[in-house]
Amino acid sequence: MTAETADPDPARRRWMSVLARAGAAEIEAGLAMCGPLPPHTVIRGPEGGLVMVRGRIGGGGGPFNLGEMTVTRCTVRTADGRVGHAYVAGRDARQAELAALTDALMQHPDWTDRLERTVVGPLAAVQEAAKADRAAKAAGTKVQFFAMQTTR
Amino acid sequence: MAYVAVKGGETAIDAAHAWLNEERRGDASVPELSVAQIEGQLGRAVDRTMAEGSLYDRELAALAVKQTAGDLIEAIFLLRAYRTTLPRFGYSLPLETASMQIARRISAVFKDLPGGQVLGPTHDYTHRLLDFSLLDPGAAASAPRAEPDRSAMPRVPDILGQEGLMEADGEAAGEPGDLTREPLRFPAERDVRLQALARGDEGFVLGLGYSTQRGYGGTHPFAGEIRMGEVAVEILPPELGFAIDIGDIVLTECQMVNQFKGSKTAPPQFTRGYGLVFGFNERKAMSMALVDRAMRATELGEDVTAPAQNVEFVLYHSDNIEATGFVEHLKLPHYVDFQSELQNVRRMRAEQQRVVERKEAAE
Repeated sequence: MTAETADPDPARRRWMSVLARAGAAEIEAGLAMCGPLPPHTVIRGPEGGLVMVRGRIGGGGGPFNLGEMTVTRCTVRTADGRVGHAYVAGRDARQAELAALTDALMQHPDWTDRLERTVVGPLAAVQEAAKADRAAKAAGTKVQFFAMQTTR
Repeated sequence: MAYVAVKGGETAIDAAHAWLNEERRGDASVPELSVAQIEGQLGRAVDRTMAEGSLYDRELAALAVKQTAGDLIEAIFLLRAYRTTLPRFGYSLPLETASMQIARRISAVFKDLPGGQVLGPTHDYTHRLLDFSLLDPGAAASAPRAEPDRSAMPRVPDILGQEGLMEADGEAAGEPGDLTREPLRFPAERDVRLQALARGDEGFVLGLGYSTQRGYGGTHPFAGEIRMGEVAVEILPPELGFAIDIGDIVLTECQMVNQFKGSKTAPPQFTRGYGLVFGFNERKAMSMALVDRAMRATELGEDVTAPAQNVEFVLYHSDNIEATGFVEHLKLPHYVDFQSELQNVRRMRAEQQRVVERKEAAE
């Protein structure tokens, strides 16, 4: 992360990255537990498009264009004027809209804790567990070298 | 090329398409394949389709594989065509493969490297014998888990780089070229060459990589490091003004290490070829790294003698959609072309006949 892309708001970056990896049904189930949500209007999208993914020459050098990926984005505004954005990998329009709505609500002090408890926190835990399980499987295939015993 | 307008084939074409659909479905008494099954159980076909289709979307790639009955070049064609229908939101920040969540990471040059040798889900040590138990459905045994080691997995080039024995990655030189926006131009810089190789035909790149090992532009390579796993993609949307993470993609990366005798400006050291591809495809990443290194011949003061070192030859022939388009267009009606060729051959024949007759008359 370079200075120009340095993050002014690490908490928001975290919940956006959690929402980007969550299924629409998962976000919806979490939101359903929060009671009635404030009204919101969709001001952009949800719309599908592409992001050109860039690699680095040699792994750490200058950028090159590796190939594209599908991305869906959405922007919503809540009745009190807070704007939520979402850019999520893949083509799930519902996920993008729910992620944008959650992003807008998370910026509201009345909602932050409640949504953290019911939506973002549980989703983050599920994602962390899946990641830990993959890491454990990888660790299971780590080679443990040992010196050959000579037998006589 | 001249094509003659052809009419009257509509009914035949409709019938051919209907038969194609029936063929794809196969025996109706056997359950139909779902896209999710292809995505989950034919993962390497999906990976190849995404890499050469130059579009990361597992579900779409699986759909393309289903639609084309497993004809992967046709599936790649479908993805390339689909991408043209979507707007481009922007470019990602350059990926940080150093912080990949490792599923596999091996080095053929250091046995005891920091982070260790992690085999991952590899075919490498299988006996390559048909497993007849797969003829019947059954659950796979679950993979054993172990406590992950939290130590860092530094990139192998960085380990050698500390001693100054490995060339550095180099600095960015402005905006990279983009083959999806501008046509190929020569001399093609390394950024464009890597883009072309990443989406190039696996078989073609493999064959060229192999040719370098057999002496056609060879540089005695070592697989310095191969790593595979998930990497987060970040973008910087202007409306936000800061970078956000939009999800993970699976990548395979290869650092191929080559000895270099040095030149007037560079000391003897190791140089590298680089491979990076969508999905789990080690064969492609390794081949890409070999060919990338071969195409650096001019930059490193080596003679350009072999096909893999010839940048124009490689880049003009690596794209399987362009290649199949030109080869397969020969199937299209060339009736007018052929009529004129036919007249030509008849004229030449008649000419030759007249010469022979004249000679005979003179004798």
